Amino acid sequence: MSSPIDFLLWVKGPAFDIALAVFVIGVVVRLLEIVLLGRKQDLAEPKGGEFGPGLRTVMTRTLPETGSFKRSPFTVIGGYIWHIGFLICLLFFVPHIELLHSVLGIKWPGLSNHIVDAVAVVTMVTLVAMLIDRITHSVKRFLSGPEDYLVWLAAFLPIVTGYLAYHRVLAPYPLVLGIHILSIEFLMVLFPFTKLMHTFTFPLARWYNGAMAGRRGVQS
Amino acid sequence: MSKATLERGLNALREEIDAPVAAFFSSCVNCGLCAEACLFYTETGDPRYTPINKLEPLRRIWEQEFTLWGRVKKALGLAQPVTDELLQEWEPLVYDACSLCGRCSMVCPVGNDIAYMIRKEREGFVASGNAPEGMKGASTRAIKIGSPMGVKFPAVQAQVRHIEADTGLKIPVDVEGADYLALLSSMEIMNFPEYIEALARIFKQAGVSWTLCSEAFEATNAGIQIGSSDIAAELVERVVKGAEKLKVKYVISPECGHAYTAIRWEGPNLIGRRYPFKVVHILELLDELRAAGKLKTKGMEEARLTFHDPCQIVRKGGVLEPPRNLLNQVAANFVEMSDHREMNWCCGGGGGVSANERADELRLKVFARKKSQLDELNVDKLVTACANCRLMLEDGLEEYRVELPVVGLTEMLAEHLVEDNE
Amino acid sequence: MADSNTEIKTLGESLQQQGVSRRGFLKYCTATASMMALPPAMVPAIAEALEKARRPSVIWLSFQECTGCTESLTRAHAPTIENLIFNHISLDYHHTLQAAAGEGAEAAREAAMHENFGKYLVVVDGSIPLKDPGFSTIAGISNLDMLKETVAGAAAVIAVGSCAAFGGLPHANPNPTGAVSVSEIIKDKPVVNVSGCPPIPTVISGVLAHFLTFGGLPELDDLGRPKVFYGQSIHDRCYRRPFYDKGLFAETFDDEGARKGWCLYRMGCKGPMTYNACATTKWNQGTSWPVESGHGCLGCSEPDFWDGGGFYNAISIPDGDIARNIGLGAVAGVAVGAAAGMLNRNARAEAVSRHETVTVDDLEKTS
Repeated sequence: MSSPIDFLLWVKGPAFDIALAVFVIGVVVRLLEIVLLGRKQDLAEPKGGEFGPGLRTVMTRTLPETGSFKRSPFTVIGGYIWHIGFLICLLFFVPHIELLHSVLGIKWPGLSNHIVDAVAVVTMVTLVAMLIDRITHSVKRFLSGPEDYLVWLAAFLPIVTGYLAYHRVLAPYPLVLGIHILSIEFLMVLFPFTKLMHTFTFPLARWYNGAMAGRRGVQS
Repeated sequence: MSKATLERGLNALREEIDAPVAAFFSSCVNCGLCAEACLFYTETGDPRYTPINKLEPLRRIWEQEFTLWGRVKKALGLAQPVTDELLQEWEPLVYDACSLCGRCSMVCPVGNDIAYMIRKEREGFVASGNAPEGMKGASTRAIKIGSPMGVKFPAVQAQVRHIEADTGLKIPVDVEGADYLALLSSMEIMNFPEYIEALARIFKQAGVSWTLCSEAFEATNAGIQIGSSDIAAELVERVVKGAEKLKVKYVISPECGHAYTAIRWEGPNLIGRRYPFKVVHILELLDELRAAGKLKTKGMEEARLTFHDPCQIVRKGGVLEPPRNLLNQVAANFVEMSDHREMNWCCGGGGGVSANERADELRLKVFARKKSQLDELNVDKLVTACANCRLMLEDGLEEYRVELPVVGLTEMLAEHLVEDNE
Repeated sequence: MADSNTEIKTLGESLQQQGVSRRGFLKYCTATASMMALPPAMVPAIAEALEKARRPSVIWLSFQECTGCTESLTRAHAPTIENLIFNHISLDYHHTLQAAAGEGAEAAREAAMHENFGKYLVVVDGSIPLKDPGFSTIAGISNLDMLKETVAGAAAVIAVGSCAAFGGLPHANPNPTGAVSVSEIIKDKPVVNVSGCPPIPTVISGVLAHFLTFGGLPELDDLGRPKVFYGQSIHDRCYRRPFYDKGLFAETFDDEGARKGWCLYRMGCKGPMTYNACATTKWNQGTSWPVESGHGCLGCSEPDFWDGGGFYNAISIPDGDIARNIGLGAVAGVAVGAAAGMLNRNARAEAVSRHETVTVDDLEKTS
């Protein structure tokens, strides 16, 4: 019998296992593909250290450089709202905390559902605005290809379907919840093959940048 | 002997892939913020000049040959290859519209060091024959004659004789056992010989034991700019040999941006071994002398002045404080540009751009960035510490009909020097 | 159970004989109408129909079941009007309740079927095993055969309980008997699924009342359940919903939140995805229901609720052993990644070995 419940159970069961496998294996492979390439030893006498500056850059690059911010405030602010918004929805919505607790074994306090709901709305609106910006801004439009738009969709769907599920917009509930979880699985499967990998590689990139500059006595 | 073929170029690109390159390409999310840091984009609005876009050929090599998924896509015929046509199309982006200034590397939110990668990508361009004529000529002259401007030692000697006559000082040449070997850039020798005079006077006053080297006087490295490590290594090797022969303790890199990058940071890696001497930038040495009380000056510049930070010396070189310390010693009215120190804007002439005639129009156009920085300040004098920057600044100011004297920092210090008999 | 007194012809007469007053009877009809979301004007029609209801009108078949449905719906120790109705209308044949047994019982069933052909209701509880008929037989007849035979002359079939409606417990992983629901076998008769493990007593009697009054079945949802009882989720009618919205949850049994009556989502309540009338109608004549008693909803009126991820795991937790799967994936990733990394290093090393020196004499393309 194929019912919405069957769909939900499939999505929560075998489909999730497959998506998780693709995600974990893929991410680990991508990371090893990077770090195993290594760096040639630098024979020039250093002016400064690598470790401290590297670590510092990993953290400080989160803050925008003033000039770039003034020239492109929308990109910077949009980026903040999207990332912080989605992280709030992911990490502070109680059903999600339950999910993460089942994996990590730790719990933390959540936010009230009303707050998460509001944050989700703001995040969705911001994402749509960023899509429009990507299509209209000359540089972003020039740089963007099918992958950029696919990734946008993969980021947008979990939030919009989560919103729909939370508000029980589609009936029956198992169907809309299943669609939400499926959208996460879509995101997970896409992860290792796209720029979504920046989630895991940005600390490496920032670290190499800071380390190489630090060696020359500059804090980047 | 090998030939300039596409395969030689592709092979060179492959050699350049390392963990940082892979991390950078994996992390780029196409946000476009690098464009906002690049004067070639900000002053033209041309999205092709977006820094990360300049790296497309290198990116393809990385994706198609150094990632599993990329290899699969290539096997399935879903990958766009790096062809000679692609390299030809990208050549102006990589050489005319990039001075390796590194400003993009400072702002990328995910931490990509784009300038690092452009330097690497140029290896593939030059190896496949896709480099600007002007830069090919500069490299050829550097290797065959000894300087990218074709300057030979007799020309240096001529300048030396003038200076000795003017100052009454002796300029040491090929003195074995001297502490410091001073390198020069062709630009200084031909256009700004007051630098050499300044060295002579300052070192006399400070009691610095120094020398020039007849076999290794040229500091600039056209190989770095065109992007060929093979050529760059040969040029560095000459300096190292000269320094080893004279058994000096230090080699001084002059007021030339890419010379410092070449000898201080890339050199040992190009020749595959550490130096038996240390490298200092002239400003670093002068600052040491100042701190030790050995740089005696009198009087102050009253003019309102500012400092243009040469990219390779400050942002890429780590010589951040010395220019300021030195300026504060002799300038009463020193104001910083709004984007200054490691975030200053490039003059537009570095990285080989000024040797590339094809890029003349573009570099003068994007000088508008530097001009707008100056317009904010309303200064009477512009100080810098790189002969190439100096020339570019003069060209640009002339183009925009701005009357503003440009002076080298070493030269300015020498003007305030307390001579021995005072 | 009342003995089969053939002198009692109608339900009305039977109830009267049992001492149910006219007032009490009408009160029941009113309550039924209201519960079925029918207008008050329908009450006289319901009263009339029920009064005149004749027996035999129901044949009750019990297959792979635990008898919980029968227990719930009859409540032999506390007679209710529902109870009485059942006594009246299901006297003819009920495996568990009837006194008769053996061939005599089967003869009674066949007689009832013959006499009321095309007009009787078949009520089924329990699932039907398909793998081997021997798993469940009655008087030597397999469940499958008995079902098909009995339903042949039925007006409609009511699948009572989640086993009959969806396969229930026997159908749960790994389903050793090949258990299926009634609707998987019966395709040519109207089937109502009154799911629940067990269903609420008033739900079944409401369905029967509807049938007896209107001669047809109430409006059904996609799973064949009466919308009036299964159209709302527990979550949307739960009295603890404000706590869910505010983010106040019990974490374990008998903790502070539990004692304050907070939402039980984190303790595995399946309320959001369960459609039933428990939150409004409640159990034991409105005494309480699982959530009110402090235990999360099991989702017992939904298909496959036994395999739905665990009664004490929140809905948001996927079924698999995530930690183990991540571990395995990481190990596999390291193996593949190490190989990919080596491939990369080799590719670069080969390029280095193939390095062709660039000199100023070969800066120009030759071809």
